[in-house]
Formats: sequence, structure tokens, C-alpha cells
Amino acid sequence: MMKLTPKSATLIVLVALIALSPLLFPSNFYYRVGALIFVNAIAVTGIVILTGYAGQVSLGHAGFAGIGAYACALAPVHLGVPPALAVVLGAVLSGVLAYLVGRPILRLHGYYLGVATLGFGILVTMVLTNERALTGGPDGIEVPDLGLRGLLGDLGLSLSNGQFWYFFSGLCMLIGAWIALNLYDSPTGRALRALHGSEVAARTVGIDVARLKLRAFVISAVYASVSGSLLALQNRFVTPDVAGFMHSIEMVTMAVLGGVGSVLGAIFGAAILTLLPQVLTVFAEYEQMVLGLVMILVMIFLREGLLPSILKKLRGKDE
Amino acid sequence: MSELLQFLFSGVTVGAVYALVALGFTIIYNASDVVNFAQGEFVMLGGMITFAAHAAGLPLPLAAVSAIVLTAGLGVAMNKLAIEPARGAPVVSLIIITIGASIFIQGAAQIVFGKQIHSFPAFSGDAPIRVAGATILPQSLWVIGGAVAVFIALWLFFTRTLLGRAVLATSNNRLAAQLVGINTNFVMTLSFALSAGIGALAGVLATPITLTAYNVGIAFALKGFAGAMLGGMGNPKGALVGGFSIGLIEALTAGYLSSTYKDAAAFVVILAVLFFMPQGLFGRKSTDRV
Repeated sequence: MMKLTPKSATLIVLVALIALSPLLFPSNFYYRVGALIFVNAIAVTGIVILTGYAGQVSLGHAGFAGIGAYACALAPVHLGVPPALAVVLGAVLSGVLAYLVGRPILRLHGYYLGVATLGFGILVTMVLTNERALTGGPDGIEVPDLGLRGLLGDLGLSLSNGQFWYFFSGLCMLIGAWIALNLYDSPTGRALRALHGSEVAARTVGIDVARLKLRAFVISAVYASVSGSLLALQNRFVTPDVAGFMHSIEMVTMAVLGGVGSVLGAIFGAAILTLLPQVLTVFAEYEQMVLGLVMILVMIFLREGLLPSILKKLRGKDE
Repeated sequence: MSELLQFLFSGVTVGAVYALVALGFTIIYNASDVVNFAQGEFVMLGGMITFAAHAAGLPLPLAAVSAIVLTAGLGVAMNKLAIEPARGAPVVSLIIITIGASIFIQGAAQIVFGKQIHSFPAFSGDAPIRVAGATILPQSLWVIGGAVAVFIALWLFFTRTLLGRAVLATSNNRLAAQLVGINTNFVMTLSFALSAGIGALAGVLATPITLTAYNVGIAFALKGFAGAMLGGMGNPKGALVGGFSIGLIEALTAGYLSSTYKDAAAFVVILAVLFFMPQGLFGRKSTDRV
């Protein structure tokens, strides 16, 4: 039998999960949950590139999600661009901001990026909350319709709103995962993993450490931005919470829980932490405590994350 | 003129709190190279536990002392349960662990103390003292005095006592310190207890002015870190100067630019320091051992 590369294996697993899961859905509501998982998974895939590949931590990536989300709310109204273009606009803006913020910070070691991104996220939330005239303040703002579902309907493919967003977000997640997996094996990806291992060693073999870290930071910011855009478009509404500190922490926790070194693992983590509040309604009150506990326990006992640890166990039994 | 003086007074007051947080960062950073993102939660706990104990009928001084002792104990527990098991982990893991601890403490505080804003009476009344057309609250003097006293006590501890020198030795070279018979595990425990206790003290002193809620910690951590970084990471003198500077910058921003965006000042300082002088005001240029 032909041996599958990990890349194609991951993509096949994802396609199969997206296509087959609806067969098990007891109600339409689960399309909505599935779409949420995919949207979170996109942001978390960005975290994989930044934290898993390059070994840098961001505690403010929700700030970029906020920029992506509010781009979809504001650009169509104020600039007259279609919502689809607003997604791109948000992504470009996030990328440029990430470049400007990351440039001075990424020359230095881990902690500084953590603190600076934390501050950045708080700053974005602050602007979104305080500039009421533009953003609607803490009450949030409406987001126009993407219009793609109507277009598909005209072409004879009519989907319910939940179904459309399920498959559309799923497709976006697949593209995101495909790019991230390609990056892993590219020269950039190898260099990122090398500097994760040892920055000094990477520098000695001629890797421009600061520039590569910056590149990973910018790419992951774009992922977060697109994720925020999709969230806003499918909810048709957005509040500053999307950029909030807790959302940043959720992203990091999802990634480390599933396994920050692997795209599939991180998506798995996103699925667990998105499903948990849906299944356990009592979870809401304890959400913060659980998130914190998960972060600590995973880092101490399962440093590679849930999925890689499980796979290792399974493989260990085969031999 | 009196307006400027008024801004300076409020800046020095919050600056003293940031200085205490920055000192807490410095102690743990020196002993273990860990930047403890949960530092701000100690401040929150100091205020919260004092409030709860006072509300339960304890006299204020006793409530304050019990808050500081309890928080110090929590700091020790955090070291034992979360930091020590991860010894030798990469920086990324340590950041995630301490931020996880911070979220956990916040979540627990939310359940135990609720989401309301709490406070307790000031130590020496609320009658403002008039100085050259501006006013300062007696509680502000407590905060500023507290920061200076803690700094002097720490300075004496680190330079005049054997135990303090053991901590310094551990921060210089852990292995060498072990070789000359220093119990480095105890030094770690002590550092977390000290750091958490100082954080709690900051919370106790500041709460009558700033009020407290379960989610105030992260802002204190961010600003305290900005202070520690401005002064030069790991330098106690730098932490003191840096903390006061952040407070003053913030108060002047609020007074002359925009009170809505005063919290952005700390973030701008972090970026500016990273751009122009990554080692801070008093920091040594860092070199990596490979």
C-alpha cells in the first residue's frame, strides 16, 4: 500500500470529518456548532504556525480577530466595499499591524512578545469599546450579509443558513490547514522549526531569526483576522468581546490542549473547547477556571498536547 | 500649576502600586528566570481577601495581615504545583503556565467573591490633605510609604542578610549556588512567598483608592511589567523607578491627552523601550550562554 504523507493524511481526515459529521447531526443546530469549531480552528491553525512552529507566544491574537471582524462590519458601510473584500481588507490591515508591532519585539526573547501582544489585544478592545460613534461601543454592531448563500441559491444549490456556514467555514479551514501544512515542509517552515529548537544554533547556520519570527507572527495574525471575519459574517453581529483577552486565551488553550505542534491536534483542541460549553451548560460559570487549569496541566503533563500524546501511546502499543 | 501637581500626586500614587508589582516581578525573575504573569492576581487577592475578611467582621489590620499571609501561601502553592513540576521547560510553556494560573485565580475569585466591585475603608480617613492648591488622600501616603518601605526592606534583605545573599547567588548561577550548599528549592519558595506577599500588600494599600474586582489583576500585571522593563528587567532599583515612571506617565496622559486611553500609556512605553533601549534604564546588556 502506498504510504500516505502526514500532510495528505491530515487533509483526508479533515475532509472526511467535515463531510461525514452531518450524517450524525441530530438537529440543524449542530451545523452552527460545527461552523463555530471550524472558525475557531482557523485562528488556532495560525497559533500552530506561531507557537508550534516558531515557538513564540501571543496573548493578544484576538486583537487581530477583532480587526477582521470589525472590518466586515465597517468597511461595507463606510467604504462601500462588498463584505468578501472586507475580509481581505481586514487581513491586510492585521498583517501590516502585526508587522509594525512585531518588528521591534521579535528581536527579543519570548516574554516580551507575550506581554506586548497582551497589551496590543487590550488596546484593540479599548478602541473598539470606546469609539462608539464608529464601532457602536460595547453593545456591538451589525454586520452585513456575505451574499454568497444567495448566489449559491440562484445557481440552484440551496442550503440553510447553518448548512452554508458549516460547509463554507469548513472549506476555509481546509484551505488554512493546507497552507499551514505546506509551510511546515517549506524552507521557511524548516527554518522556523530550527529556531524553535535553538535560536542561537539557527542563527549560526545563517537563519535570519528575527525576520522569520516576524513572518510567522504576520501569517498567524492573518489567520486570526480571517477567523474573526468569518465569525462576524456568520453571526451578522459583533461585539468588542471578539478582541477580548479571554478570546486570546481561548485560542492559545485550544492550540496547546490539542497539540500545538500539529495542525490536526490543534483543530482537535479547538473542537473540544468549542463543544464543551455546548454540552455542559454549567461550564459557563467555571469556564475561566477550567481554561486555566487545562493550560497548566497540559504544559506539565502533556507538553505535546492531547492528540500527539494519544497517537504516541497507540503507536507504542503497535510495536 | 496646581493642576500639574494634582496629576503628579495621582501619578505617584498609582506609580507606587506599579512599583510594588514590578518589585514582585523582579524577585521571581531573579530567582528563577520566570516572568510570573499571575503577579497582578496577587494584587487582586490582597484587596479581595481583605474586603471579605473585613466584611466578615475582622478588624481591618487583622484582615489585611491575613490577606497578605494567605496570598503568600498561595504563591508558594503555585510554585510547588505549577512552576516546579515544569522546571527546565521552554519559556513558551512557562508563559502558558503562569498565564493559566492567572486565569485560574481570576476564575476562582469570580466564583468566590462575585463579579461586583469591592472596597473597604481607608486606613486614616478620607479627608484630603491640601498641598499648594492640590489635594492628596491620606491613603495615597500609605501606598507611597508602603512602596518605599518594601524597597528599603528588600534592599537590606538582599545586601545585609545571609539568606538574601543566597537568593542573589541563586539568581546568578543556580548550579554554583547549589554547589556551595544553598538550598535553591527553598530560595524559590521564599521568592514566590515574598513576591506574592508584596503583591497582596499593594492590593491592600491601594484598594481603598482604586477599588477592586476579580478582573483587575491583568492590568496591574501589564503595567507592573512595563515598569520592570522600563527600569531594566531583574533590577530592584529599576523596578522602583520604572513603576513610579509608568504611574506618572499614565496620570499625565489622563490629565493632558485622554482619560479614556490612559491605559494605553503602559503599552506605548513597552514598545518604546523595546525600540530604543531593550535593556531598560538600569539593566545590564544581556548575553546568552550557549
